[in-house]
Amino acid sequence: MGTNSNNFRGGFKKLTEMRLFLPIVALILVLLVNIIKTPTFFNVSIQNGVLYGYVIDILNRSCELVILAVGMTLVIATGGIDISVGAVSALAAAICIRMLGSSYDAYAVPMGISILIGLIAGMACGAFNGFLVAKMRIQAMVATLILFTAGRGIAQLISAREIGGKMVPGQIIYVRMESFKAFGGFLPNVVVPTPFFIAAAVVIIAYLFLSKTAFGLYIQATGINSKAGRLVGINSTLITFLCYVICGLTAALAGIISSSRIYSSDANNIGLYMELDAILAVALGGNNMSGGKFSLAGSVIGAITIQALTTSLYAMGVTADQLPVYKAIVVILIVSIQSEELKRWLNSRSKKNATIKVAG
Amino acid sequence: MKITTWFKTKISGNNFLLFITIAMFILMYIAGLVIYSDQGFGNMQTLMNMLMDNAGLIIAAAGMTIVIITGGIDISIGSVIGLVCMMLAFMMEKMGMGAGASIAIVLIFGIIFGFVQGWLISYLKIQPFIVTLAGMFFCRGLTAMISVNQIAITTNKVFLGMANKNIKIPFGAIVNKRGIKLYPFIHPSVVIALITLIVVWYILKYTKFGRSVFALGGSEQSALLMGLNVRRTKLFAYVLNGFLAALAGFVFCLNTTSGFVEQARGFEMEAIASAVIGGTLLTGGVGTAIGSFFGVLIKAIIETYIRCNGTLSSWWNKIVLSALLCFFIVLQSVFASMRSKHNS
Amino acid sequence: MENNVVLTMRGIDKIFPGVQALNKVDFTLKKGEVHALMGENGAGKSTLIKVLTGVYQKEGGEIHIEGISHPLTNRSPEEAQKNGISTVYQEINLCPNISVAENIFVARQPRTRIGAVNWKKMNKDAEKALKKVGLDINVTKPLGEYSVAIQQMVAIARAIDVQCKVLILDEPTSSLDDSEVKKLFDVMNNLKASGVAIIFVTHFLEQVYEVCDAITVLRNGEFVGEYRIAELPRVQLVAKMLGHDVDDLSSLRKTSKEKNNIQNKDSILKATQLGKAGSIKPFDIEIKRGEVIGLTGLLGSGRSELARLLFCADKPEQGDIVFKAENLNAHAPIDSIKKGMAFLPEDRKEEGIIADLSVRENLMIALQARTGMFKLLPMSKQNELTEKFIKMLKIKTASPETLIKQLSGGNQQKVILGRWLITNPEFLILDEPTRGIDVGTKTEIQKLIVNLAEEGMTIMFISSEIEEMLRTVNRLCVLCDRQKIGELKNDNLSQHDVMTAIAGGV
Repeated sequence: MGTNSNNFRGGFKKLTEMRLFLPIVALILVLLVNIIKTPTFFNVSIQNGVLYGYVIDILNRSCELVILAVGMTLVIATGGIDISVGAVSALAAAICIRMLGSSYDAYAVPMGISILIGLIAGMACGAFNGFLVAKMRIQAMVATLILFTAGRGIAQLISAREIGGKMVPGQIIYVRMESFKAFGGFLPNVVVPTPFFIAAAVVIIAYLFLSKTAFGLYIQATGINSKAGRLVGINSTLITFLCYVICGLTAALAGIISSSRIYSSDANNIGLYMELDAILAVALGGNNMSGGKFSLAGSVIGAITIQALTTSLYAMGVTADQLPVYKAIVVILIVSIQSEELKRWLNSRSKKNATIKVAG
Repeated sequence: MKITTWFKTKISGNNFLLFITIAMFILMYIAGLVIYSDQGFGNMQTLMNMLMDNAGLIIAAAGMTIVIITGGIDISIGSVIGLVCMMLAFMMEKMGMGAGASIAIVLIFGIIFGFVQGWLISYLKIQPFIVTLAGMFFCRGLTAMISVNQIAITTNKVFLGMANKNIKIPFGAIVNKRGIKLYPFIHPSVVIALITLIVVWYILKYTKFGRSVFALGGSEQSALLMGLNVRRTKLFAYVLNGFLAALAGFVFCLNTTSGFVEQARGFEMEAIASAVIGGTLLTGGVGTAIGSFFGVLIKAIIETYIRCNGTLSSWWNKIVLSALLCFFIVLQSVFASMRSKHNS
Repeated sequence: MENNVVLTMRGIDKIFPGVQALNKVDFTLKKGEVHALMGENGAGKSTLIKVLTGVYQKEGGEIHIEGISHPLTNRSPEEAQKNGISTVYQEINLCPNISVAENIFVARQPRTRIGAVNWKKMNKDAEKALKKVGLDINVTKPLGEYSVAIQQMVAIARAIDVQCKVLILDEPTSSLDDSEVKKLFDVMNNLKASGVAIIFVTHFLEQVYEVCDAITVLRNGEFVGEYRIAELPRVQLVAKMLGHDVDDLSSLRKTSKEKNNIQNKDSILKATQLGKAGSIKPFDIEIKRGEVIGLTGLLGSGRSELARLLFCADKPEQGDIVFKAENLNAHAPIDSIKKGMAFLPEDRKEEGIIADLSVRENLMIALQARTGMFKLLPMSKQNELTEKFIKMLKIKTASPETLIKQLSGGNQQKVILGRWLITNPEFLILDEPTRGIDVGTKTEIQKLIVNLAEEGMTIMFISSEIEEMLRTVNRLCVLCDRQKIGELKNDNLSQHDVMTAIAGGV
């Protein structure tokens, strides 16, 4: 055995070390399983004037997650986490829907303004998280736990409806106007679902912002070594704060799309388990969970993979309530693979054969 | 004069937050006496009800305190409690198992689950929040796998006996309208909770493990260099917490006598809030089980307020508790920055 | 094992990513002796000690300790303690949140009959242990409420309270005053008499000659030699520690005439009554354009703190800075950077490198921050500048896209230096730029400082090595006890002059 196998091994190692290796392999794996089970998996047709098929369904349903994963990627890159995104989604949706009202004739508040205020509410939630994490230096986990718990409660309070002359909170409010449904459904005479455009726009804007400014570099520097970042002139506090605000914005957008799909605000179920999915998407995207280097493309692929996994599991008869078990196992597997300790342990085992030479 | 010096030495530093909490509890209790006197707030039974309603939380908060002192966190406990309730209900109702065996099994499950989480955290050095977040969803999903429908415990006499037995307290009785003297009572769950509380207090204060927990929470690096086995201590902290979460689940189940998927959702938040309100520093190294007990009482008193004030909806429980947690962690943060300024 | 030998270490190797920290180092310790472990910063003293105490795992070599027949491998400090090795580390490694008594008895608390921690006995024993080092304090208070010096004494009390064969003192005296040092030496002499072998690491030569019996010298991770104290005069010890690069001295030194010219130039920075409570007492300083000004003093004397205030790395609580004839109203480092300052921090790993970013990104980041977030430097310019500075500073890296953490310490430092040079600063602060890097790079950096000054840059240079300072600076500010106590003009100053000044005799 000579250089050939070494080259092969070296090449393989390089390949596995590529940032997008893990997410792409995972996606291919999920797709393979699907195509074996359902040969018609990749078939796409046009029914009732819109695109139809498994793949379209997965892409369509993954839009909220893709949007959310963009925000979560940035937050995790700063070395934090945001577990309030699901609750913030529900909250933003509740505010938006409450403003729209459930009249058959007209919106109580014009749709544009309602959506805008929903988004602003999301950003406000993000600002709250960001203030606690960046300025008060509270662990991200605990800081975002506050809204994780309170968010849905507030959403319930907002989802109030007049019953018997009294405003009763905790109701499901339905939007009766057709035009709102387009947001999570289809625009007239367009075959591609609207959320797809929104998600694409979010990803493109994020990509442009990160590649045309130094924002991405600042986030990475903050996540890797915020002390050094400060000394070279980066305002780590502001950068971290902004990431949480962006994350809140993406959560709100995802929540509004979700509510449009069901043309109602359901404070209990909108964005349920979304935080785990978003974190999973980021982890699956090959991002370092303790902050620093990140890859937006990885997270997007990760998000689509998660949705594909979810859809496949549903197809296998797993219920929505049971789904988290599988996802939790996947999360633990991924972070275990990333674990430095595990690598060190494996290294120390393989080191016995090799002698190391280091140039000073 | 002696009292003031005693007070000064006791109140200095880390105890300060605990004192705020105890003072706050007393003030809130007095306020309750004044505002809700017509609703029997002053009855001994009201206080006993607070303990009965929160027996599980007292145990869970004690466990959470240990984990937070090590500098970690565990957000899986709400789901663990939900799962434990479901397991108990399923084993006793659907499988016809005895109460003793079922309880033993869930406690062992708690230990194993705590061990797995602790191992991932201390030996693979994965951040606690990721591990326990996954644990949270894992247990919730597992609960749904056992049964998506609610299972009520209706047949197991031993379990129901434990759940409903009234233990009379020989003081603080009230005389009702018919002239019958009513003694306040508690359920066995409160006894279990209080014994657990004392045991955890003892472990933290008087065992080598307990003191190691504080040392490693103060500085992991230093603890290691002083010759502590940091990894084992951390692992054991999570194992203990897993056991306590399961025990809390059992006690919780005594109250609800049923299992369903959504049970104890948000319980982790209540436990963390109780610990923090009770003076446990989220940065680790400082905290007491007794403080967390007072944290639970504050949460209980807020609930009682909301219950007495019928117009407030139940969502307010979570919102107020979150706000209180927020207030206290900000207070801690301000306090910490003040101290670091003072020290330097 | 030889007679009377307690501990032998043979051929110890230790490798960190990119650096050979220890290369076949030997060390022998006899019963009842105080053995000094000497070497410059980065010579490998602390690494050797951490290998011995199980904090680091060695890559090669053998350790033997009296009473154990097989070669010893301490996998953890816990194990080292069980094997009779007790340590006081350079940085205080105690827990601030628990009481003084607990710190002394962590992991070995006295128990009652039922196995509970016996707090009464622990507190009493702690008082006894502290009495041995002459300390009488309330042992039930959290350790963090006491001063650094007291914490250090507590650490020492803890170490000697453990029954041990070998006691390691890694720079225990840096935060102690004279009387405390005296007490420590008494304790050491007592222990010595009772047969404990002591390894003593210090930067203070006088202390070595006061208490030690033998000296082992390390340089750049290599064993130089072992000597009895009587055989090795001070001058020779210094020569052994420094190696033979003393020759470069003459080539670097400018004539004193040139230096005097500096005094006629206009000032670039003037600080009045600048200070921060607990960090450094208010001071005045004036720096001339094109000058190299050195800051000297012992560890913790306030050298770094002074520099950090000037750059606004720490925000001053009082005083004014006039920079380039206008008030510097800095709130954060970015403000100082924009005005033309640069600051290379002391702690390269914690505050300097951004480990997971590439060499290019690490080089460009300060300039990028100065330019602003929305004006991303074009890639062509980034590559051009990166290549230029890699060449200019002779940075050894596989490619500009290599992660900086994969470089050796010296090359990392060059990258950080380059990061600031790219911003073309007018006033450059270098806090210990040569710590922990190899001799070759050290000389390069020293030369660079002199050259930059000649080109008109103003430089503030901080180093623990007086020799190095004398080679490069025009003027020295002396600090002691967080206070600026005086200034020395570098007119053929000798190391001795500086030493006396540092000791408080300006």
